[in-house]
Amino acid sequence: MTAPSTRRLPEHRVAPSVAATTNSHLQITDVTKNFGPQAVLKGVNLSVAKGGTTAIVGPSGSGKTTLLRLIAGFEHPDTGSISLNGTLVAGEGAWLPAHKRHIGYVAQDGALFPHLTVGQNVAFGLDAAKLEGGRRAVAARVAELLEMVSLDAAMAKRRPHQLSGGQQQRVALARALAREPELMLLDEPFSALDAGLRVATRRAVAKVLAEAGVTTILVTHDQAEALSFADQVAVMRGGKLAQIGNPFVVYTRPADRATAEFLGDAVILDAWLEGSLATCSLGGIPVRRPPAQGRVQLMLRPEQIRIAEDGPIRGVVVDTDYFGPETTVRLKLNVPQEVAEHADHRYPGGGEVITIRHWNASIARPGMELCLRVVGEAVAFPMED
Amino acid sequence: MTTDLSAPARRSTTTAGRGNSPRPPFGVSAVSVLAVLIALFSLVPLGYVAYMTVATGWDTAVGLILRPRVGELLLNTLLLMAATIPLCLLLGVAGAWLVERTKLRGHRVWAVLLAAPLAVPAFVNSYAWVTAVPSLGGLGSGILISTLSYFPLVYIPAAATLSRLDPAIEQSAAALGLGAWRTFFRVVFPQLRIAMTGGALLVGLHLLAEYGAFAMIRFDTFTTAIMTQYQSTFNGAAGNMLASVLVLFCLLLLLAEVRSRGTARYARIGSGVQGKALRLPLHAYQWPAQLFLLALTALAFGLPLFYVIRWILAGGADIWTASEFLPALLTTFSYGLAGAAATTVVAFPMAYLAVRHPGWFSKSLELSNYVTSSMPGIVVALAFVTVSIRLVPGVYQTAGLLVAAYVLLFIPRALVNLRAGLAQAPKELDEAAQALGKPPLLAFIRVTLRLTAPAAAGGAALVFLAIANELTATLLLSPNGTRTLATEFWSKSSEIDYAGAAPYALLMILLSAPMTYLLFQQSKKVAGQ
Repeated sequence: MTAPSTRRLPEHRVAPSVAATTNSHLQITDVTKNFGPQAVLKGVNLSVAKGGTTAIVGPSGSGKTTLLRLIAGFEHPDTGSISLNGTLVAGEGAWLPAHKRHIGYVAQDGALFPHLTVGQNVAFGLDAAKLEGGRRAVAARVAELLEMVSLDAAMAKRRPHQLSGGQQQRVALARALAREPELMLLDEPFSALDAGLRVATRRAVAKVLAEAGVTTILVTHDQAEALSFADQVAVMRGGKLAQIGNPFVVYTRPADRATAEFLGDAVILDAWLEGSLATCSLGGIPVRRPPAQGRVQLMLRPEQIRIAEDGPIRGVVVDTDYFGPETTVRLKLNVPQEVAEHADHRYPGGGEVITIRHWNASIARPGMELCLRVVGEAVAFPMED
Repeated sequence: MTTDLSAPARRSTTTAGRGNSPRPPFGVSAVSVLAVLIALFSLVPLGYVAYMTVATGWDTAVGLILRPRVGELLLNTLLLMAATIPLCLLLGVAGAWLVERTKLRGHRVWAVLLAAPLAVPAFVNSYAWVTAVPSLGGLGSGILISTLSYFPLVYIPAAATLSRLDPAIEQSAAALGLGAWRTFFRVVFPQLRIAMTGGALLVGLHLLAEYGAFAMIRFDTFTTAIMTQYQSTFNGAAGNMLASVLVLFCLLLLLAEVRSRGTARYARIGSGVQGKALRLPLHAYQWPAQLFLLALTALAFGLPLFYVIRWILAGGADIWTASEFLPALLTTFSYGLAGAAATTVVAFPMAYLAVRHPGWFSKSLELSNYVTSSMPGIVVALAFVTVSIRLVPGVYQTAGLLVAAYVLLFIPRALVNLRAGLAQAPKELDEAAQALGKPPLLAFIRVTLRLTAPAAAGGAALVFLAIANELTATLLLSPNGTRTLATEFWSKSSEIDYAGAAPYALLMILLSAPMTYLLFQQSKKVAGQ
């Protein structure tokens, strides 16, 4: 484990859970959960390291909130078990109710108590009788917590409805931090905020949690949020975890096509794989750890396909979408020379339309021919039947 | 990396895995068992009527039902409803539209004044009209008095709906080429359907259940006839058969309301802040509109108030005998408070299941409540009299039995409020408290109960008001010698001691006024849900 302050630097972004599996704070084993006839979780296994940040990301209805509620102790798993710090808290006959788990929980809308002031909300989990110094100590702790989440101490007298959405989320975080939990669960806490505030609040929350050294699990349907927030990303789909790994790995080397497309835009091309070289409309592209040989589907991220004057691939611009800082360009690929010349070549494609991005809108007008170059490796998936 | 940051913003943020996941209804088994018991208890009146009809035997029942007297009552009741319900709809909707949708001068004042007649119990209204026009009697005056007493039951929900109606809908209609009048009839009017059918149902049920107002003007309906039967033969088969027919009427009304309510969606679709309502200029119609509202409130509220005060002035100091007056007030308060508290406590498990665990189970509980709520006071009272005498004679004519009857009669008032209150206290808050180390029960008390308290108090206040003005069940079930404001008023005015009755009438109006205002305020909040 590195110190919290340096843990967020890019070169340290290796999932601690991958590095040290023995040191797991939370262990989820074969958990299933049904609501009536509907299977929501179909066997989930997840290990979260102490002090680590894990994002559970998945589309709506994939079961990620249910998983979080199971960890928090709001629901019982049907089968499987959950243990915290090596102690079984759910499953195999064990059950520790939510209020004894010592887990912090921040809900989507903050779930601040509307009948209490901000200060009373933050102090809700504090017990004045148990704290040395009684009420004064509580007040001091509230002020300290508000400062920790960058809120003015004067805010303590306000009511939750007088705060903005971002401020409410910070109060919810301060409230959850008050009891110094070792594990913090964040259930889409930023999704109700508008785009600009979302990024700022996410950064602030990540900083506070990292400084406090709290193990954090974030549930989100926003892949950018998951990739930027966590050092371990677990992709959830249809009640199962499709892939768990460090953000860079899951983004660049997704386990399957659905994961690839969920985590970001993807260019998918039919290709012929021999050894570790795939041939497709973009020419020959190296593939890391080829899963199969022969016909495969090749996945590239749009940013891997660059417009370059000396690029070997050619494509004609079909249309463009202007977004300001960047332009989305749809290109129809030419059939490569070698493929056209060698009739016996078993490369299956040619003439696909792909979408790439470019910063300069003026060089891509419909009808123009562009030269392209592929950077880096591609990921190959076995053909789907 | 150039991952598209704008993508998440376009995704829906509202369907985050919670919401519609079906939860097992028996998850909170203790509450469920309690709710089932309450629902079974609430079906006592209906069960009683069904049992009595069967026990009477087919031939006797047919003989008792198919006789000229019943035909006469049937005709009276049908004509009363056929005339009063449309009149109430007309007055209620017209009033609501003028107040909410036109540039009516003083519309804020009129908005409250049009709800005010609800503070005058129908039998006090009747008493005032009999004083004003001693020759009143029969169908015509029944229609007059009940229309003036009950049109606010349509006005309040209609006004609430109109004030919450999204003006964007009307603007869309205008953009599609509809003029102001056509917009009202093709777009606004259909939106009023729920308010109108609901209001019409309430008016109909009140017409079927009212005793005092009609007895005073010697207009016979099923309820007055059952009361007469009861007073002469105590618990005869004839009275029971009349009750069966009355209950049948109530159930038919319920069914008619469910059928006509329809399945279309009337809630506002889409998000964003709603604009302010459009108000039509009245121009030349300003004065006719003012005159219409003035006449309506004068007849419905001014006249009864005027005659009550006149009788008080005429009676002078003699009618304020504290020895009669204070005990009645105290008894009314005691029953009102006990009944309000009991009703709120009993309604809570029902409301809790309906909000936190919606499903077929809570729906069927609600249905049983809905049916019970349509039972007239006279039927509930008869059922309790008979069941208690036959099964548990010890409780007959005890305060507890009367409170139980109040609970059954007024539980819907508490339910509506509690449900709205519980909706303000989502389960997530309870869970947040648990995650902060509070055991479930403590979390529930400190968060859910605390947040529901204002709504529960509002509901309890409405139940209190209803009990303070309740006459029929109180006459039948109260312990011997019990004197409430309503029963004292009734016995005095039955002895033609109109001056002596006046203080009780005034007190009932004064007690009801703040509650009516509360009801009016609440309707505006509930309408959007």
